[in-house]
Amino acid sequence: MPFGNTHNNFKLNFSVDDEYPDLTKHNNHMAKVLTKEIYAKLRDKQTPTGYTLDDVIQTGVDNPGHPFIMTVGCVAGDEESYEVFKDLLDPIISDRHGGYKATAKHKTDLNFENLKGGDDLDPNYVLSSRVRTGRSIKGYALPPHNTRGERRAVEKLSVEALNSLDGEFKGKYYPLKSMTDAEQEQLINDHFLFDKPVSPLLLAAGMARDWPDARGIWHNENKTFLVWVNEEDHLRVISMQQGGNMKEVFKRFCVGLKRIEEIFKKHNHGFMWNEHLGFILTCPSNLGTGLRGGVHVKLPKLSTHAKFDEILTRLRLQKRGTGGVDTASVGGVFDISNADRIGSSEVEQVQCVVDGVKLMVEMEKKLEKGESIDSMIPAQK
Amino acid sequence: MPFGNSHNQLKMKNTCEQEYPDLSKHNNHMAKVLTPALYEKLRSKQTPSGFTLDDVIQTGIDNPGHPFIMTVGCVAGDEETYEVFKDLLDPIIQDRHGGYKPTDKHKTDLNPSNLKGGDDLDSNYVLSSRVRTGRSIRGFCLPPHCSRGERRAVEKLSVEALAVLSGDLNGKYYALKNMTDAEQQQLIDDHFLFDKPVSPLLLASGMARDWPDARGIWHNDTKTFLVWVNEEDHLRVISMQKGGNMKEVFTRFCTGLTKIEDLFKNKGHSFMWNEHLGYVLTCPSNLGTGLRAGVHVKLPNLSKYRQFEEILKRLRLQKRGTGGVDTAAVGGIFDISNADRLGFSEVELVQMVVDGVKLMIEMEKRLEKGQSIDDLMPAQK
Repeated sequence: MPFGNTHNNFKLNFSVDDEYPDLTKHNNHMAKVLTKEIYAKLRDKQTPTGYTLDDVIQTGVDNPGHPFIMTVGCVAGDEESYEVFKDLLDPIISDRHGGYKATAKHKTDLNFENLKGGDDLDPNYVLSSRVRTGRSIKGYALPPHNTRGERRAVEKLSVEALNSLDGEFKGKYYPLKSMTDAEQEQLINDHFLFDKPVSPLLLAAGMARDWPDARGIWHNENKTFLVWVNEEDHLRVISMQQGGNMKEVFKRFCVGLKRIEEIFKKHNHGFMWNEHLGFILTCPSNLGTGLRGGVHVKLPKLSTHAKFDEILTRLRLQKRGTGGVDTASVGGVFDISNADRIGSSEVEQVQCVVDGVKLMVEMEKKLEKGESIDSMIPAQK
Repeated sequence: MPFGNSHNQLKMKNTCEQEYPDLSKHNNHMAKVLTPALYEKLRSKQTPSGFTLDDVIQTGIDNPGHPFIMTVGCVAGDEETYEVFKDLLDPIIQDRHGGYKPTDKHKTDLNPSNLKGGDDLDSNYVLSSRVRTGRSIRGFCLPPHCSRGERRAVEKLSVEALAVLSGDLNGKYYALKNMTDAEQQQLIDDHFLFDKPVSPLLLASGMARDWPDARGIWHNDTKTFLVWVNEEDHLRVISMQKGGNMKEVFTRFCTGLTKIEDLFKNKGHSFMWNEHLGYVLTCPSNLGTGLRAGVHVKLPNLSKYRQFEEILKRLRLQKRGTGGVDTAAVGGIFDISNADRLGFSEVELVQMVVDGVKLMIEMEKRLEKGQSIDDLMPAQK
């Protein structure tokens, strides 16, 4: 693939008109923002590792649009991408994250004690609770751009950090390339196994290169804390369990994350973070907290109510099927999670989920009894 | 995608061992040749346009092996790739092309009068005849590496050149991105339409970037001469017709190609060619003539004969299903074509097809009558 320095300079021999991508049939955030003028302005730039404008936008050029989702259409190759290409990425971030301004500050709050309630969601309705986020290791290029050496270094550091965890966090690492059939089968049954991406959105960004080298899954013995290494981000961290005790899930999430972070810091490789964008991840949609906190909850009646989508919007929540993004719900069971990622803290986002799901379960109960829920419709959060 | 100059320099900070790919589960030509020592020697190099070693080999790393075919596992990004990375590519070329040495000279012969016979293959057996090759336009990077500007320039030049053709070569260009539904359906019915590659071999090398920008299909009015623009190579040129008159197919092929080459030269752009490798194409398997000449032929009896494979081998031919590479034969009909590309001229390769198919039809007729074909067995060509 060609997009480094030398070839980028070569490209400058061609006019902007010659090189500007044809975005006429495109419908993604990048296509909405990238005018010829911005292309002209940014096309001769590169980050210190050599990531260029064409690298950033290639996935959006190759994938005009998704039928259900307004895709972002660009990725970062390293921490500096968000600075060098801010003229493109700031408007995209603003569009995607509800008007988040280029001057705004993002707050991080991983103090689980600040969460109110959340330990008593009705398990007759809430089947499971889960919180996930991503983390990038400072000093290494991101999955679209990293070399095998960098990816292996991230894996090595991650495995060291994770293997030092104890107590409820004691666990084991399973590298994708040396997994036994039995281990693979078990991980599939636990719904832990991730596989080589097939989504053209991810493939076009280059993050599947060298698969399965330096990719793996770590989880604790209780199977309530799981880390993916070198999938779409350096790390994806997931805390989960059956039932509705989101407080416990979030506590484990925060405690585990903090411990891992300390170990990385000791090696002089903290997490990528800044006070404007919060935690830096590969996809601009995951900036800020990178957090998706959600439940699988039975809402057969509420989900068919005329105002279901409106309620979700006001509660700053989103629905997905139980297979995750892009899937349909089955048997009235929905995945309900926070819609926001940046501009509110981890505690605030999980609070939205806890309060919102509590309210929706009450609404469901009312509808079961044939009663009206008009008085319960919330104001816009 | 990261593989340019700056990022390549950054990679040099990691040791060879850290960056060397894991090829332990691989079975392709690249994996057989690329030792750590060779990786060490070549990893700091790049072509003038910035194509690096990792660019060359990425497709072979991402695709460990094909169940039926020994894949090449590497591609060229520009003409200079074959020079800068000759320490890797020469052994691969030697392996793939029957021992072709780095010091060998390849001869080009596109004079159809040098072909003996070939106008009388029995059309009760030979259903269709076809000759294809590829051409690269000097001065532009190849499909794995070219920028949009370069690709569009190749399209523009090609369309201009093809528009000059007249007589039985008078034709029309259909750009992929503004084809009407009717045109698309017609091209599908004619078996002319090529679509965005789905093969992971091609995708991993980057040649599907920006699809369908600057890709298209040109064909003459009589649908016997067809040119693909910017698919796996800059140009793929195909001459074809029903029946067994391979001489006519080859004559049109040579005439058309020579005319196109003259038109390009008039515009100051020749085809990539040198006296060692012949015509330079994206995949090392297509060097030399880049020519595959073949027929669809009915051989239900011969194909079940125990020495069928041996006969093909001795005649320097290969069989495929009628869907092309990777497909199975249907109804005893096979696609029989030359196995070689490099080290023989175009006339010599087509002569092998003509002579070989003629012999195999004689064998088929004998077997139909229940007679022996032992006396017809050929020596190794």
